[in-house]
Amino acid sequence: MVTALFFLFAGLAIACAISLVYHKNPLYSAVSLIGVLVSLACIYVTLAAPFIAAVQVLIYAGAIMVLVVFVIMLLNLEEDRPLNRLRYLYAVGGGLGLILLAQTFFIFYAVSRVPKQPVNVDETVGETLNIGRAMYTEYLLPVEIVGILLLMAIIGGVILVRRLAQPELTLVVDNELARRNEAEEIGDYRIGL
Amino acid sequence: MEPSLASYLALSGILFTIGTVGVIFKRNAIGMFMCIELMLNAVNLTFVAFSRYYADVTGQLFVFMVMSVAAAEAAVGLGIIIAFFRNRISVDVDDASILKN
Repeated sequence: MVTALFFLFAGLAIACAISLVYHKNPLYSAVSLIGVLVSLACIYVTLAAPFIAAVQVLIYAGAIMVLVVFVIMLLNLEEDRPLNRLRYLYAVGGGLGLILLAQTFFIFYAVSRVPKQPVNVDETVGETLNIGRAMYTEYLLPVEIVGILLLMAIIGGVILVRRLAQPELTLVVDNELARRNEAEEIGDYRIGL
Repeated sequence: MEPSLASYLALSGILFTIGTVGVIFKRNAIGMFMCIELMLNAVNLTFVAFSRYYADVTGQLFVFMVMSVAAAEAAVGLGIIIAFFRNRISVDVDDASILKN
């Protein structure tokens, strides 16, 4: 039963991941990524980690992906341009992908020789109670550090997207559009390099 | 009968590979950002699988830490993307070449 569920959601996750890379439209990619995240949450449930599954859906599929989709809508993005100048990147990416895949199968081979079943089965490990207890006793310092990190991220985010004064902003946009028109006239698609 | 640890690691490795290839293939900053999220999730899967197989809560705790870092990354990364879009009216990473030469 668990095996069947694992293969179902593993297949779904891989299919969604491939569609994430394949689609040129960022919105389709975002929806595919949500598919990956939800199938991974289902796999976490079969791994007796209900807390992590819930957090995965709430934080990842909820908060982070809503933010990403919001930014895509806000910027009204167009489809990706094809790789013109950087065609060699296809070779680099394909080569790196093959190396990583070979490594994965090597690990699969190496690990498949160790015991196949859990060393000691304990269904209660992933319960919220146990995670909370470990978080606020043994791992208190990392939790505090993560708190500071989140505070820094909030401050950094606010400073990054702070608006310029209005006249300055229109100036930036005008300059950019002028530069772009100029670049198009000389037929250089790489804008103003 | 549960799937073996090796199958979880294989799934994780495949997702990580797809994420890496995606970061290189995508030209659009938001697409690259989403591929990085995919790689982080692949690593989370190994943490949870090992936590299950050794009945140790540490793995799941660190998944939680990775998620917090991903949330921080989302806030700052999307802020950078918006700031970049404001200056260049594009999120194509090829346009982020002002430091070139």
